[in-house]
Amino acid sequence: MTSEDHAASAVVAQKIERRWAAISILIVVFLTAMAAVAGIHQATMPQARVEIIDPEKIHLSGEFVETNLGSAIEPDGSVTVRAVGQQYSFTPQCILVPVDTKVTFRATSADVVHGLLIQQTNVNTMLVPGYVSEQVARFSRVGDHLMPCQEFCSVGHEGMWAMVKVIDRNEFMSLAASKRRVSCVE
Amino acid sequence: MLNSRRLVLAHFWMAFGGFGLALLLGAWQMFIRSPLAGWIGNPEWYYRSVTAHGTIMGYVFPTLIAMGFGYAITETSLKAPIAGVRWAWAGIALILIGSIMAMIPVSAGLASVLYTFYPPMIGNPFYYIGVVLVVVGSWIWVALMSINLIRWKRANSGKPVPLAMYANVAGSYLWGWTAVGAALELILQIIPVAVGLRSTIDAGLARIFFSWTLHAIVYFWLIPTYIAYYTIVPRAIGGKLYSDSMARISFVLFLVVAMPIGIHHTFADPMVGAGFKFVHSVFTAIVALPTLLTVFTICASVEIASRLRGGRGPFGWLVALPWNNPTMLAVTFSFIMLGFGGAGGLINMSYQLDASIHNTQWITGHFHLIFGGAIVIMYFVIAYDLWPHLTGRNLANLSLMRLQLWLWFIGMIVTTFPWHYVGILGMPRRMAYYDYTHPAIADQALPVILSATGGLILVVSAALFFVILIRGHLSEKADPGEYRFSVAVHPPQRVPVALNSHGLWVGLMIALTATNYGFPILQLAVRSDTSVPAVYVGVK
Repeated sequence: MTSEDHAASAVVAQKIERRWAAISILIVVFLTAMAAVAGIHQATMPQARVEIIDPEKIHLSGEFVETNLGSAIEPDGSVTVRAVGQQYSFTPQCILVPVDTKVTFRATSADVVHGLLIQQTNVNTMLVPGYVSEQVARFSRVGDHLMPCQEFCSVGHEGMWAMVKVIDRNEFMSLAASKRRVSCVE
Repeated sequence: MLNSRRLVLAHFWMAFGGFGLALLLGAWQMFIRSPLAGWIGNPEWYYRSVTAHGTIMGYVFPTLIAMGFGYAITETSLKAPIAGVRWAWAGIALILIGSIMAMIPVSAGLASVLYTFYPPMIGNPFYYIGVVLVVVGSWIWVALMSINLIRWKRANSGKPVPLAMYANVAGSYLWGWTAVGAALELILQIIPVAVGLRSTIDAGLARIFFSWTLHAIVYFWLIPTYIAYYTIVPRAIGGKLYSDSMARISFVLFLVVAMPIGIHHTFADPMVGAGFKFVHSVFTAIVALPTLLTVFTICASVEIASRLRGGRGPFGWLVALPWNNPTMLAVTFSFIMLGFGGAGGLINMSYQLDASIHNTQWITGHFHLIFGGAIVIMYFVIAYDLWPHLTGRNLANLSLMRLQLWLWFIGMIVTTFPWHYVGILGMPRRMAYYDYTHPAIADQALPVILSATGGLILVVSAALFFVILIRGHLSEKADPGEYRFSVAVHPPQRVPVALNSHGLWVGLMIALTATNYGFPILQLAVRSDTSVPAVYVGVK
């Protein structure tokens, strides 16, 4: 190969390489744009705001006192579920929600880091002591889901499972009419 | 043979020794939480084991590989003895002392907090101090890599820095900086609480500091593998490197964008706002770029090797590749695992999709496929490639090497694919026990058994790996000749200053860390009302 051939092939090699780099950049731009568009259209989103709470006082006052935990109907017809994670259980251990309704989960931890994961759904958030976690969901089918703690929280972690029951909306409303906060804890 | 062979061998044997032990723990964990075993008895043993497995595999093993390989690269690529060999021995000594110091409380059940620490849980202080010593030992290596490069540049001004050394030093800077996050968490937050100076800690802030380390550490694990792709593979299979400058661009991109993306680990966390989560998601997408460039350059380099051997046609060249060569086999396996793992990674970093698999077994499957699979299989290749130059003896049994690599590949696929699957079903991570008789999780039993079987295959493969290396110390003496790296098809005569030095890129790395981490850290650091009481573990 002469040095001229060599230089010519170097030019070709660079051209191919640049084309590939351009394709790679387009792939990345496409992925990012897709995430941005989906975000604007209100797909499942990570939590937006940072809210602080003192885990030593949650049982004394504020929205996470024990009598306020469970599901509550809001004036706009949506449901808010409040829950607390602690070593090694959730309160309430059985959460009741209506189907086809906007449900806002608000939860925090009383001690270490826990996680809250409702199987077969994309409700999945961390509970970090000192902070309030919030996630909005809508259940499209009636049924039962397991809700394990998804973060290592020391030696009893393997026993930290709760339950979510999705029930008919009318049934939920009639239960909620007689009680301020509902859950399926017996 | 290398002058620094004792130093390099010490690093590799300590690395692989730790790897062997941690692998046994991992295989036991797979078994004990599968339906094959009954109730574990004491779940605390499981978390002890996970802590040891993660600490060794995450902090000790890859760091020692990067260090040992880095010393070998320094001597062979710069063609000069290593400056500061005594310091290098001090570095590895610190890592040995730190590892033992950390493992004693872990073995005693006094620090079952996992390698990710998880404050406000607080374990025995010696665990954390041991980890700090490991990091400090590795920082000595970072400094030595820099010093050796500067010395060489002074003596060879204007010449292109050899690619292997350029990449190696980029990797060392990446590690030097990314380790700062966990070091800050340990030194400012955890250790003062562990020794009793304070009793409260900001768990959210700690998670942000840890994310600073947690993602870029993966790219630090990856750098030796990428160096092997670019500078060992083309030479070992009889080809040439397609492009030297694209290789340099890939490594500097890793240096710049591996760092400011770690908050994608905290998408589901309450202590970071949506804006920074989105910014980190975008930067994580950008980090796919150097990998896409690498895939192109290495495939093109492999094609060159085939064409030189007479390969023809748009696909026919695949047949002409040297498939009997263990390096060829390993790089193929590594790319397949990198492909699947990378696709999974795109799901993890997605602002929306992450919620469906966050903290499930999918994640464990993902990083075992990338690290244990794509990365570690190339660590094996690095060892095989260097061994004759370290021992002055042949490493002749190619069929045993091929068997070992095949088993590792099959073992990794069998382990991690079902692992991903049960993650999609919502199986949570890090539990010592699952009640597979429960109807809601009964369908997870079979994939979990499959996964545990994969773990067993990996143990067999690792045993073969040790047999090959030990035999390499006992076989007949042979002169391996000079150690060589791949040559580019068009070797660079001059390299632009930006791609022959690291200053600009280190500057960008630090600046992007400041912009992407500054606010989320300061926002919490200035507040006093975010600290919560520590929960001490392992206290009788």
